[in-house]
Amino acid sequence: MNSTDLMKQLPAQWSTFGPGYDWLFYFIYWMSVALFVGIIGTAIFFVVKYRRRPGVKAEPTGHNLVMELAWTVAPVILLVLLFHWGFAGYVSLTSPPPDAMDIRVRARKWSWDFEYPNGGHTANSVTIPINRPVRFVISSEDVLHAMFIPAFRVKRDAVPGMYSTLWFQATHTGDTRFYCAEYCGAADAPVIGADGVARETGHFSMGGPVHIIPQSQWQEFLVGILRAPTHANGTEFTPAEWGEQLYTAQNCNTCHSVNGSAMTGPTWQHIFGHDVALADGSHVPVDENYVRRSILEPNAQVVQGFNPVMPSYQGSLTDRQLDALIAYIRSLR
Amino acid sequence: MATEAEIAPSHHHDEPDPNANYLIASKGVWSWLTTLDHKRIGVMYLISVTLAFFMGGMFALLIRLELLTPGRTIMGAATYNRVFTLHGAIMVFLFIIPSIPAAMGNFILPIMLGAKDVAFPRLNLMSFYIYVIGAIFCLFSIVSGAVDTGWTFYTPYSTTSSSSVVSMTLGVFILGFSSILTGLNFIVTIHKLRAPGMHWRRLPLFVWGMYATSVIQVLATPVLAITLALLAMEKVLGLGIFDASLGGDPVLFQHFFWFYSHPAVYIMIVPGMAIVSELFATFSRRAVFGYFAIAMSSLGLALLGFLVWGHHMFTSGQSEFSTMVFSGLTMLVAIPSGVKVFNWTATLYKGSIWLTTPMLYALSFLVLFTIGGLTGLFLGTLSVDIHLHDTYFVVAHFHYVMMGGTVMGFLGGLLYWWPKITGKLYNEPAAKVSWGFIFVGFNAVFIAQFIMGSRGMPRRYYDYVPEFRPYHAFSTYGSWVLAVGFFILAGVLIQSLLKGAKSPPNPWGSAGFEWNTSSPPIYSNFAETPVITRGPYDYHEATEEELFDGFPEDFKKTES
Ligand code: HEC
Ligand SMILES: [Cu+2]
Ligand SMILES: [Cu+2]
Repeated sequence: MNSTDLMKQLPAQWSTFGPGYDWLFYFIYWMSVALFVGIIGTAIFFVVKYRRRPGVKAEPTGHNLVMELAWTVAPVILLVLLFHWGFAGYVSLTSPPPDAMDIRVRARKWSWDFEYPNGGHTANSVTIPINRPVRFVISSEDVLHAMFIPAFRVKRDAVPGMYSTLWFQATHTGDTRFYCAEYCGAADAPVIGADGVARETGHFSMGGPVHIIPQSQWQEFLVGILRAPTHANGTEFTPAEWGEQLYTAQNCNTCHSVNGSAMTGPTWQHIFGHDVALADGSHVPVDENYVRRSILEPNAQVVQGFNPVMPSYQGSLTDRQLDALIAYIRSLR
Repeated sequence: MATEAEIAPSHHHDEPDPNANYLIASKGVWSWLTTLDHKRIGVMYLISVTLAFFMGGMFALLIRLELLTPGRTIMGAATYNRVFTLHGAIMVFLFIIPSIPAAMGNFILPIMLGAKDVAFPRLNLMSFYIYVIGAIFCLFSIVSGAVDTGWTFYTPYSTTSSSSVVSMTLGVFILGFSSILTGLNFIVTIHKLRAPGMHWRRLPLFVWGMYATSVIQVLATPVLAITLALLAMEKVLGLGIFDASLGGDPVLFQHFFWFYSHPAVYIMIVPGMAIVSELFATFSRRAVFGYFAIAMSSLGLALLGFLVWGHHMFTSGQSEFSTMVFSGLTMLVAIPSGVKVFNWTATLYKGSIWLTTPMLYALSFLVLFTIGGLTGLFLGTLSVDIHLHDTYFVVAHFHYVMMGGTVMGFLGGLLYWWPKITGKLYNEPAAKVSWGFIFVGFNAVFIAQFIMGSRGMPRRYYDYVPEFRPYHAFSTYGSWVLAVGFFILAGVLIQSLLKGAKSPPNPWGSAGFEWNTSSPPIYSNFAETPVITRGPYDYHEATEEELFDGFPEDFKKTES
């Protein structure tokens, strides 16, 4: 990144909102620069010109009604203009075209789930086609979050108990980033990832890539998210391998370890095939049905010694993904 | 006009001598802790808010240090969240809100009015102790695990957070009462205790500013109290008010919170403007241009301040209609703000400008507040705000207003009235050096934040993508320059307290009424009730000699 780039006020714009937004932003910017130079330049000029000198007295202050009215009224014109442009831009930001494609976005501490029209999901990364209006229908499962995509100039809060929407139409293919913009806390301690590295997790880590792909690749993408991912050599992941990948991709690793240590939730090591003690004092065997239920209705059977804080993954994992996770947990026995 | 000092049941032996310097009119720590003298209460507030500023400042340095590099620099994420919350909460509730009104307002306002004290001296002392109790709760919260919610306490995060939110909100709740009582006291004082001849049109602009501030304090603070009480009820009793899973509405909290906290922005900035108006007049040797417009614009800001809270919620899911109304009303704020800036600039015209350190702070206020105000236009413009909301752009914007505005006003006022309060002069050249560090450091910290903010760096982030590293690093280096400035300033003030030359009564040669008594003032402020015969800025009625040499003849000798 060179130094002129560093001084640029706005990042590259990649949506249909971009040009209008940047125009208005830079309009206010240069207007502010002009006003600032005008006001402060005048003040500095006065400070130098009328600096204290022996024998020169300050002149008594007079009145100048015209001037006072002028600088009270003149800004109004500017303000009305800004208000008008800002509002017009806001109206287009909040009015998605009727043919927009819906992507269901679920926020939770500290991950995002994206559900596509065909029922497929991606976690912490979203893929969208270029030149097609896309509408995010956003909700939160716990606290406030906000979806923020700087390159598209859009942002919207995720509010528990409410749906909010945001739309855009991408104009470039490539990768950019989304962030969580509303503060939502952090894990008390670093979380050990599948790669064995401990990472801090929280509000600041709740972002990921936005992949913008050509329309020609869109169908292929949709089909692909229903299938297991593939290795570089083209062979499909085994269910356990896929489960291992989901373990981090779905952020299970923020609460569950695979090395025997308890975190917010119980470890997954050596649980499959054994009995587990529940909070109500009963014991149940950990089998496919138990694991499945634990993921979809986590509060139905709470493990002894843990708090019922696990979010439900009902609706955010496909059946095949559930099977993959079960296969992975099974492989850890 | 019977003052409290006369009717107060006093122990005969330690009754303060009304004609002695207030600092030594009665002796001993106890005489300070139980004083009803507005000046001593002002000094006690000054010490308290300075301690709070120091603490908040240390947290600020820790934030910047952590952000020097991406990933972990010195602390973990959970600690970082507590540190930035404490920085905000301490600076807002323990420093800025009480800083100018309770510390300087208490000291200067009655003297400016020609009064012996505020209307209710006992209430004044009580409000100080309420402040102390509130502060103790906040400190208790800090040592018992601290708070990680951000100073805004947004629900449902705050009601589900395991950090010690209840004691912090209780502290802030209590602090609010201190603020309300001080406001009430000032309103009554300004209405009832003006010396003969002090018409409303002769009120110093500092007093007008305090008046506007007090009105906001009295009207807005109760809403904060209610909000925090509801929050505590939800957290402790499980009532569903804000938490959606209990049937409440999280956005409701934001409405409540900003209904107080936007007016609170004016509780913070109007006093800064009030001080700066005094400084411009004194150091230009000229009445403030547009006196009436400045006075009314303070009231205008106070009123408008109540109507714009929704501009904090443009992305929160309030209705499009309210979003539009709030954007429009927010734009209006620019008018009274602009009026002030233009009038101050016009005051300099054909003045005789004396660049003392307080004046440098007044000019800094002009520069930084103008930047703060102009960047506010970006945020008031609806579509532009959507991208900037909750990014570092907002952080930089409000620091330009709160720190570039209020803190610069506070420092200017502190140095300007320092001889009045302590009776000592301070070392001007050294103070100018500290000003240089503070001014440069401040801009370095926050200019970088403007740029990274509009480029998409969200606020309250413990970690960031490498792209933002140069800006964060630059901002952190700036914070060190800023810190050096404050340490030099502390040195200057301590040196003045210990070894400073004795100040003449009116070291700046100001026409302001507060300089018409000795520095430091006597216990009863004036030997006899003054009769006001001119306005506070009537420099043209002073002689040539008075203007350039200062009113007291011995001043020339003491200035280097
Ligand atoms: C916010 C932390 C959290 C996240 C994220 C989380 N869990 Fe859990 N999980 C828990 C807790 C706490 C328990 C124990 C209490 C209970 O049973 O509800 C638990 C229990 C379980 C159990 C039962 C374990 C046993 O020992 O009986 C399974 C299986 C499970 N989780 C699977 C998952 C999967 C799969 C994911 C990711 C898709 C996941 N969890 C994500 C917190 C979490
Ligand atoms: Cu979040
Ligand atoms: Cu506001």
